[in-house]
Amino acid sequence: MSIELLILGMMLVTFIPRYLPFALAGRIQLPARVKSALDFVPIAVLTAIIVQVTLVRDGSVELSLSNFHLPAVLSAAAVAHFTRHLFGAIGAGLMVYAALRIFIGG
Amino acid sequence: MTSSTKAFAQGAWDTLPLIVAAAPFGMVFGALAIGAGLTPAQALGISLIVFAGSAQFIAATLIGAGAWFPAIIATVFVVNLRHLLYATNLMPQVQHVAQRWRIPMAFWLTDETFATVSNRLKRDPDLPHFRSYYLGSAVAMYLLWQVNTLVGIWAGAQIPDIANWGLDVAMVVAFVGIVVPMLVDRATLACAMTAGIAMLLTHDWPNQIGLFASALIAIAVGVLVRERQS
Repeated sequence: MSIELLILGMMLVTFIPRYLPFALAGRIQLPARVKSALDFVPIAVLTAIIVQVTLVRDGSVELSLSNFHLPAVLSAAAVAHFTRHLFGAIGAGLMVYAALRIFIGG
Repeated sequence: MTSSTKAFAQGAWDTLPLIVAAAPFGMVFGALAIGAGLTPAQALGISLIVFAGSAQFIAATLIGAGAWFPAIIATVFVVNLRHLLYATNLMPQVQHVAQRWRIPMAFWLTDETFATVSNRLKRDPDLPHFRSYYLGSAVAMYLLWQVNTLVGIWAGAQIPDIANWGLDVAMVVAFVGIVVPMLVDRATLACAMTAGIAMLLTHDWPNQIGLFASALIAIAVGVLVRERQS
């Protein structure tokens, strides 16, 4: 298989799950229970991504403050909770992370 | 400016924090792809026609490791399954959009555009000009992703260990900024906590199946807690 064919295959398997529900929208009615379940999609998927990237380092769980991703995420969460401001949360998280890397190293 | 142009610009503007946060990813992908032996044209080609953030990363790593191509395609499919949930979540809005627009909208669906659009829909469920807002977010994300891939292709040759700089922290804190304000009651909190715990328990499952499984369990817990509340 050539690299071009590989890229084409990757395109197809990426596009299909993105497109299928869009193509069906308006043609099928989702049951009420499914609709209520879909409300939780952003929280469920984004939280799982956050936890994976933050706590799983090189294949194992690193639940300590010396994993600098963790204090960065906790400060971003605090700022997001009290200010509801996205840019503020990103800024706080990045500053904490940069400060720890610069002053403690790693 | 017409109101749909305004919505397009607003969508792009609201996505900006996430685009900035995703920028290092595009760069790291470019660097990884060159390191894996792809030509600059192939690396950029993946960003242009596949356009799938984390799946691109994993694919570049697997190509570099000499993996069997059909196995790479299967991995990309599983990693991208979360988009199925995103797209299903947006069905109520998309049903009012003409079919021909749904193809580019689906092609451009990413974590970043979904996060921005669903964040907006939380505050404004009957968002006027949904299509323009969505496309503004998606096009901005797409164009900047290409620029960042190019920077990474260039930097990959100059700075070989750029992939180990911990640049993924930017994306994570951006997602935190989106999710935390969504946690407003017992059901949403239970959903988030379940997603986190399940992710930790399934992190060693292959090909990100753990991510998809954790999301499904968390959604189920959220529904159960909400049904109990009401």
